[in-house]
Amino acid sequence: MMIDIAVVDYGMGNLRSVSKALEHVAPDRHIVVSSDPAEIDAAERVVFPGQGAMPDCMRELDSRGLRQSVIKAAASKPFLGICIGLQLLFEHSEEGNAAGLGILPGKVVRFEKSGMRDAVGHKLKVPHMGWNQVYQTQKHPMWQKIPDGERFYYVHSYYVVPQNPEIIAAYSEYPARFTSAVAEDNIFAVQFHPEKSQHAGLQLLSNFVHWSGRP
Amino acid sequence: MSLAKRIIPCLDVTDGRVVKGVNFLELRDAGDPVEIAKRYDDQGADELTFLDITASSDNRGLILHIIEEVASQVFIPLTVGGGVREVDDVRRLLNAGADKVSINTSAVLNPQLVADAAGRFGSQCIVVAIDAKQVGDHWEVFTHGGRKATGIDAIEWARKMESLGAGELLVTSMDRDGTKSGFNLPLNRAISDAVDVPIIASGGVGNLTHLVEGVQEGGADAVLAASIFHYGEFTVRQAKEFMRDHGIEVRL
Repeated sequence: MMIDIAVVDYGMGNLRSVSKALEHVAPDRHIVVSSDPAEIDAAERVVFPGQGAMPDCMRELDSRGLRQSVIKAAASKPFLGICIGLQLLFEHSEEGNAAGLGILPGKVVRFEKSGMRDAVGHKLKVPHMGWNQVYQTQKHPMWQKIPDGERFYYVHSYYVVPQNPEIIAAYSEYPARFTSAVAEDNIFAVQFHPEKSQHAGLQLLSNFVHWSGRP
Repeated sequence: MSLAKRIIPCLDVTDGRVVKGVNFLELRDAGDPVEIAKRYDDQGADELTFLDITASSDNRGLILHIIEEVASQVFIPLTVGGGVREVDDVRRLLNAGADKVSINTSAVLNPQLVADAAGRFGSQCIVVAIDAKQVGDHWEVFTHGGRKATGIDAIEWARKMESLGAGELLVTSMDRDGTKSGFNLPLNRAISDAVDVPIIASGGVGNLTHLVEGVQEGGADAVLAASIFHYGEFTVRQAKEFMRDHGIEVRL
């Protein structure tokens, strides 16, 4: 049977939320949560999620022999990275001084350890957890029917710094601007969790299900 | 504009039903958990917390089933707590569709559980619930649903849990829980100032002003309430509009 969407399972975090949300927006599609490289190679589109620490994620990815399948998918078909699945696309992370997949030039850095304050002087906590506004910096099919400045749910302590600012598709503020989405060719990747972002998140997942893979 | 303060309705679940008590006693039936979860989602709740207050193991499967059903219909973060004793309990709850797991009594009995669970699944999904009660001039941690004193100072405990990998702390004042007299603001402020992870204030909400105070005076990143929502006194949306009107950033 043809696989419409493969959610890459490399043993990190809760993939059930991602697959349930996809099933909700695309009940007629064949969606698999898979750690089988052959299934990921065969899928029409690929979701690359992830939770936890980046060094562990890279290790688990390699121990399952999934690295090449992810690299191939990111080079060839509609590809959605979520949270650590965004961060892993880059070259290097401060978290555990780990190398990423190096598909996109740039690095992953941590929010300041302490001392971050909002405009009225309140302490800003890390992880950055909760609903923050996402400002779109380019027109993209993945933003269809999603208002600029819509809130999405985040939980993370690290964020990506792309070397090429042209791939930035959105930013949020905490308290300074950080990159919250990137887009390059068939790749779209977000720091927030669309599967936990109610209507806006489901809209983004629905956009992905229908996306041609072209900007 | 930046990160919104969160409103989290809390559903205490026993025998498959949502209940609510006063000071952890005198439980009253408040309805079907899946229906209530959907209603709060429609009203704009930012997250939902389920506390499984049934101790017996026969009912373990019941909460998993409820979480599975809620998770297939409600696409906001779900936290589940109550009776989490080992890393495998965390795994089962996450697999059922929980996004975060709240650990309370077991964190006191075995602090290493917090480190092990955070190491295995990531700090983002480990909430440590701290039930605190004023004892003399300080706050002390209590366990077993508020029945057992531990002798542990709540502020010290909060710091320790953060250092072991808790991604968030749920701070309940047992002096206030169910009393509708407002959060224990000094307790929340002291813990919020002591750690860098987000704090959820809990216990004692009786009106919407209490929610505003929890954020502005208690330094909470999120506020948790049960009875004001369960019995239809206020909708989550009304609470958020009230907070917005008092200068708090919320998701509307």
